[in-house]
Amino acid sequence: MTPPGTDGSPGGPPPRRVRVTSPRTGAARLHRLTAASEIDAQTRLGEIYMSSLLRAQLRLASAVLLTVGVLVAGLPLLFRLVPGLVQVQVLGMPLPWVLLGFAVYPFLLGVAWLYVRTAERNERDFADVVERSGSRPPR
Amino acid sequence: MRSAYAVTAVTLVAVATLAIGAYGWRFSRTTSDFFVASRSVGPTLNASAIGGEYLSAASFLGVAGLVLAFGTDMLWYPVGWTAGYLVLLVLVAAPLRRSGAYTLPDFAELRLESRAARRFSSILVVGIGWLYLMPQFQGAGLTLQTVAATDRWVGGVVVGLVVLVNVFFGGMRSITFVQAFQYWLKLTALLLPALFLLGVWAGDGALSPADASVAPGGVSGDVWAAPLEFGSGYPLYSTYSLILATFLGTMGLPHVVVRFYTNPDGRAARRTTLVVLGLLGLFYVLPPVYGALGRLYAPDLVETGRTDAVVLELPSRMVAGLGGELLSALTAAGAFAAFLSTSSGLTIAVAGVISQDVMGRTFRGVRAFQSAAVVAVTVPLVLAVVAENVSVARLVGLAFAVAASTFCPLLVLGIWWRRLTAVGAVAGMAVGGLLSVGAVAATLLGDVPSGWTGAVVAQPAAVTVPVAFVTMVLVSLATAGRTPRHVAQTMVRLHTPETVKLDRGPYPL
Repeated sequence: MTPPGTDGSPGGPPPRRVRVTSPRTGAARLHRLTAASEIDAQTRLGEIYMSSLLRAQLRLASAVLLTVGVLVAGLPLLFRLVPGLVQVQVLGMPLPWVLLGFAVYPFLLGVAWLYVRTAERNERDFADVVERSGSRPPR
Repeated sequence: MRSAYAVTAVTLVAVATLAIGAYGWRFSRTTSDFFVASRSVGPTLNASAIGGEYLSAASFLGVAGLVLAFGTDMLWYPVGWTAGYLVLLVLVAAPLRRSGAYTLPDFAELRLESRAARRFSSILVVGIGWLYLMPQFQGAGLTLQTVAATDRWVGGVVVGLVVLVNVFFGGMRSITFVQAFQYWLKLTALLLPALFLLGVWAGDGALSPADASVAPGGVSGDVWAAPLEFGSGYPLYSTYSLILATFLGTMGLPHVVVRFYTNPDGRAARRTTLVVLGLLGLFYVLPPVYGALGRLYAPDLVETGRTDAVVLELPSRMVAGLGGELLSALTAAGAFAAFLSTSSGLTIAVAGVISQDVMGRTFRGVRAFQSAAVVAVTVPLVLAVVAENVSVARLVGLAFAVAASTFCPLLVLGIWWRRLTAVGAVAGMAVGGLLSVGAVAATLLGDVPSGWTGAVVAQPAAVTVPVAFVTMVLVSLATAGRTPRHVAQTMVRLHTPETVKLDRGPYPL
């Protein structure tokens, strides 16, 4: 039998818990705005966070569009400049048919898959930066 | 080609559509259910639904018909309709979902903070929607005429009624189930007969379609098999104009855009689009096969100008007896699924806009949506019956050109360029819209000039899209003092992942 109170069992009022806080924490917070609040307040720093995300996504989008623009939309020009290609037979079919009828679809799907992966990584990077920065005082 | 089997198959599709819709009715309670299925549809179901909705009469019947008649150049239609989804994925998908708007006019109002931009977008949505609904009703008329020898208008009326019943009771929620089912039906309806037909073709010695001698009115084998043989006399221009219209037009189609609001978040919107690309690629391999085999086994369709019927007629011509009849019935069922699903999606989109922007003041909620749906179906149905028949894929192609010249610049600049102003956006859409609609009107009235102007009128996008973009940018720069007040917050809303807690402004729903 232990004396009441020491093991937390009823029998006497348990000692009140007091949260110990550093008096400096509040002051430190005032000076350390989170990245999220910088963005919300549309400060210069917030703008920098945003435009870096936008730039990364736009650069990725441009790269994808350029790839498709050259490799797919470039085909008519290629057929015009190298007329011999039209005569080439692949699997018993003219090359333009193989490219436009079949090969183009897996290509587009592959590009799209790469895009989704990279776009999600850009967003994860952004989220990491915004959530990590100054949201907690350093320990 | 009258066929009791085909009539039965078409009836079954209509009944199945209503039955699956009825399953969804049980879940449709709120206005949010009606418009966007309460934004709770997962990527696979949603992707099947998008595929089901997107593959219209033009994809199911039109592509094969065009390939049969004109050959290689026509492959750019299905390629462009697929690549359009890639462009949409890269530039628009996630930000559009994150905008939290229901419709294109909602997006315009949110981004530009202007009622005038909203109203202008509404008119365009209704116009493009009707332009796209017309060929669906025409295609339905053609199909019923082919399989049941009915009058041309009957098919359109049947499709209109089935769509209305479904939209009336279930809205977006029930339509999602219906369209997912219809994608897989359409794929089966082309894939299974195609396997049989290819078997027959191989058994006959696998002749090259390019070697076939074609009936009067058709092009010779060499021309058919080679690219850059557009009849316009300016093949390079026509090809690139078609590429521009299809690559950029997809994102501006009202029924495509409305689907993005049914995704739970921006990331899901991207993944859905990726699955859609796969589903479309799988489907679009098939229609050209019918077109190519048609040159060998149904060349008379070119002479009589009924090339759009090649998918419906080829199976019964190539496979003798009951087998051929059943396969033809299957393609007829798939074609009907195509009309029903695309018309449903367009009706939802157009009705959503009409009910919000025209009737919103007097009626509210579900009632307004239902009455708007009646208007959304009736007008293009009457137009389809009255207007002269232009090739199904051709009309759809023009709808793409109008979308590419109006909503594409609005979306791309609105999402990626902070300095777009309401005045600039409206000016750009007005210029692009007037030019492209002018080309459409000339085509519909059969008033196409010859030479260079004729090539531009037939494929206007390569002129109208750059003009719309340039107008939008220049007028925005000239009105630089009038950039929307909350543009910075809007950019945060469009581009940041939902997991990060930020102030994104109020959401309507």
